[in-house]
Amino acid sequence: MSVTTLSSPALAVRQPGWIVRLFDYKPFLIVMCLAPAIGLLAVFLTYPLGLGVWLAFTDTTIGRRGTYIGLENFQYLLTDPLWWNAVFYSVVYTGIATFGKFALGFWLALLLNNHFPLKSLLRAIVLLPWIVPTVLSALAFWWIYDPQFSIISYLLVDVLHWRSSNIDFLGTPWPARFSLIAANIWRGIPFVAISLLAGLQTISPSLYEAAMLDGASAWQRFRYITFPMMMPILAIVMTFSIIFTFTDFQLVYAITRGGPVNSTHLLATLAFQRGIAGGELGEGAAIAVSMIPFLVFATLFSYFGLARRKWQQGEAND
Amino acid sequence: MTDVAASPGNTNVASATPDTMAWDSRARRVMMIYLPLSCFVLILLFPFYWMAITSFKPNAELLNYKEHNPFWITSPTLAHIKHLLFNTAYPTWLKTTMFVAVGSTTLSLFASTLAAYAIERLRFRGSPYVGLGIYLAYLVPPSILFIPLATVIVQFGLFDSPMALILVYPTFLVPFCTWLLIGYFKSIPYELEECALVDGATRLQILRRITLPLAVPGLISAGIFSFTLSWNEFIYALAFIQSGANKTVPVAILTELVTGDVYQWGALMAGSLLGSLPVALFYSLFVDYYVSSLTGAVKE
Repeated sequence: MSVTTLSSPALAVRQPGWIVRLFDYKPFLIVMCLAPAIGLLAVFLTYPLGLGVWLAFTDTTIGRRGTYIGLENFQYLLTDPLWWNAVFYSVVYTGIATFGKFALGFWLALLLNNHFPLKSLLRAIVLLPWIVPTVLSALAFWWIYDPQFSIISYLLVDVLHWRSSNIDFLGTPWPARFSLIAANIWRGIPFVAISLLAGLQTISPSLYEAAMLDGASAWQRFRYITFPMMMPILAIVMTFSIIFTFTDFQLVYAITRGGPVNSTHLLATLAFQRGIAGGELGEGAAIAVSMIPFLVFATLFSYFGLARRKWQQGEAND
Repeated sequence: MTDVAASPGNTNVASATPDTMAWDSRARRVMMIYLPLSCFVLILLFPFYWMAITSFKPNAELLNYKEHNPFWITSPTLAHIKHLLFNTAYPTWLKTTMFVAVGSTTLSLFASTLAAYAIERLRFRGSPYVGLGIYLAYLVPPSILFIPLATVIVQFGLFDSPMALILVYPTFLVPFCTWLLIGYFKSIPYELEECALVDGATRLQILRRITLPLAVPGLISAGIFSFTLSWNEFIYALAFIQSGANKTVPVAILTELVTGDVYQWGALMAGSLLGSLPVALFYSLFVDYYVSSLTGAVKE
């Protein structure tokens, strides 16, 4: 590396223009370096976030500036059965999908942590559902859930003869809800598995050797070594997963658009329906803002809940 | 990032040791590892297989399971893909998506490289807090932002323009890339820069000639990741783009191809397949970068 740097001092000494000196002035350079990132984030993230909270307290519609109406939007939402329905389904969706993703994803990570041929190829294949655009794989699920030509129904009815009629996946509320949850779990497994696999590979094998010398069973090794050692990374991955599952939009919008009879609306799809499609920006913003308390609570719960357990066990182990 | 670089070595040690000591027979190994693993792979890949096979099936086979085995094609056809390429605006959507993805990736890489360098290497008072702030920006989901952002976009006169997407996508790309690059910059020895400083190089020369060349793997990771994320983005593209020609592939397939009550499953699946191919291709070329950036970002 030093060979390439030798030519640079000559350059700097030969032409010490004021621009060069200005850009070498540290405070100026810091401001210049941070300006693009901070600028973009301030204009398109922080400002809209504040604006969203403000809009939630106004009666803005598309094409008309609203006026401040206080808590009216929120009071209306509290009496709106559709909003309650969306809250209910968002919580159910997040709860079941997160549990499924982490149970199956952790299992897959443990499987992938074994030694077998073509391991890296398999790891690459496993990540595919996460790489492909969600909407496009959601369309594949829509087709898989088709009432008449569903391949799952075909398997159960015509091949295995377990059922006599096709399953109506998306036509009735509860099957539709669980179909969406299944699609979400399918899409979420790879991310969880690959992140947890990275965590598993950092656990020192000597811990397992020591435990095995002490006669620990496979379950005990998992329970008292793998699980506690994975706590920090589990906390981070779970926080991310909960946030992005709770605010999910694409899957539901692509497969059911909230139907049948509004039973599968998540808060995000309801906000889109009211705010953009319906033009009631103020009300849509209020629905979006109503997600924030849930998110903060879920984040604090998953992060501090898991992080504290890790800290306690770390101390007990010392 | 050092642990990711070292992971191939780690892997063998970590996984081989418990195996050799577990006294398990071959049959047990098949039951406990290979069987569940193949179930996972089967389920994770099936929707893609189904997508692919549907896009090459003629309509007669597509909707008749009694006479044709649905898992296979007897007379494959390119009709759906032909329909897609010549009777719809699909090539335009692909072009728009590519333009948006490349534009927002370039912008985010530029902004986040400079930001990561300032935070990690120029070290000023409060730089950890700036880093934390950028990281927190990643936790703000687009579902909360799209309604107010739509009004901002209208104010800027960018509604229905791909430029809007190029400017908006960095809100989730910059935090991610910055954190990835901070990790990479950390792994570059500070002594190299000190040497250059002693030799009289300016800060920008150091960035251009020493830090950036050494951080190329990080830049590639951040780049392909940003490209994939912006290719896949949906909610902003749905909310900010109205006219058919300016739509991105995911939005266009859902809003332009889904018409009426009878769905053209062949064309829909062909569109999904074609729309997934660029990222899948990209992915197959850079698998290791994907895995390392995914795990690196989580570990930070």
